[in-house]
Amino acid sequence: MRSITFETKAWAGHMAGQHVDIRLTADNGYQAQRSYSIASPAGCAPDVELTVECVSGGEVSPFLTEELRAGDTIELRGPIGGYFTWNPGSSSPLMLIAGGSGVVPLMSMLRTRNQPASKVPAKLLYSSRSAEDIIYRDELDRLAANRDGFDLVHTLTRGAPAGWKGQTRRVDRDMLAQCGFQLAEEPQILVCGPTSFVETVADQLVSLGHGESAIKTERFGPTGDKR
Amino acid sequence: MQVTRGFKGKQGDSKATTHRVPPGQYVTREFPVLTSGPTQRTPLASWSLALQAGGQLLARWNRAEFEALPQTERTFDLHCVTKWTKLDTRWRGVTFDDLLKAAGLTSTPHMYVMAHCDGGYTTNLPVADLMEGKAMVVTHFDGLPLPAEHGGPARLLVPHLYLWKSAKWVRRLVFMETNAPGFWESLGYHIYGDPWREQRYSGD
Repeated sequence: MRSITFETKAWAGHMAGQHVDIRLTADNGYQAQRSYSIASPAGCAPDVELTVECVSGGEVSPFLTEELRAGDTIELRGPIGGYFTWNPGSSSPLMLIAGGSGVVPLMSMLRTRNQPASKVPAKLLYSSRSAEDIIYRDELDRLAANRDGFDLVHTLTRGAPAGWKGQTRRVDRDMLAQCGFQLAEEPQILVCGPTSFVETVADQLVSLGHGESAIKTERFGPTGDKR
Repeated sequence: MQVTRGFKGKQGDSKATTHRVPPGQYVTREFPVLTSGPTQRTPLASWSLALQAGGQLLARWNRAEFEALPQTERTFDLHCVTKWTKLDTRWRGVTFDDLLKAAGLTSTPHMYVMAHCDGGYTTNLPVADLMEGKAMVVTHFDGLPLPAEHGGPARLLVPHLYLWKSAKWVRRLVFMETNAPGFWESLGYHIYGDPWREQRYSGD
């Protein structure tokens, strides 16, 4: 896992949740492209941060996480995707549910919320394999310590360290009911993670009575190399 | 073209298939799932497919009636705008030509179609891109009923365009007089979506 900040030229600004396309070109002209979610807050700042998980056997993520050095120039296009986004002007409570590196676009939303623009109630339910796999752990703790209406719930699926205070199982219906907003609060829900995680969570949210149109999803597959 | 320092890439696709992979795509053996919301789970008993001209119903088939239409089996390569390409996928369903024939249409009422799906998804297509065997409504993948996460009970399949045009959970094909953007086409994606011309986003 590596967070990389790119200094862009003529960045048009982005919404929280959008992504960029990165295109790499070998000296014989061979090219490879992939999409990565933006981690930095919404806005027009020319510095755009991505957090990239190295997919073993992947083509672009190993380059970004292991080979890329400060000062290199990269072909980056964006922002892309106008649906899996959060508008800080929205008054609906914000329910974010992340599996693994699916937390990246949701982090952009939380960072955007932490700017003065919005203080709608927000919750992040974040499933990781182990405590070491949690991305942005310290920053999330700091955001939660602000006590400004943001609640953080971690769950670990492959064992927890001594003294762990979070959840210790896969996200299930009970956990969603317990950690989420009430139906009457009409939260906007964004779910991002591996395909099987998102499928399960989205189905359970629907079964709890949340409206399908209030649930936005972004899935990535085992070989998808997305983000 | 700017060379990226230190990038070699896998360059692993065999010569035999390289010509089948559009620019900017890579080959995967998986079948990724990309959907903007929850998977739709429509019971077969309440499924039907309608053909309309604007608000006027031209034909409608329930599952049994759809299964009784001429069935076609075809193998296609799929190209998703998120960069993956999947080669040699095997499908069964009814060609758009056979749907027109079954509806008793000898010509099409308009030049464009909007596909409407369970869950509210839409995508727009020129009629010419659906005719002459270029598009099907499919119910089976690789010999088995199409799983819900891949669009079952039935999805549109327009394999020569990026896969967002092959709408999952399709229920209505509505002819329209003028072209209009569907869901992704309204959100920055290309109005037509030809992978060989790399028409990913508006303006490409």
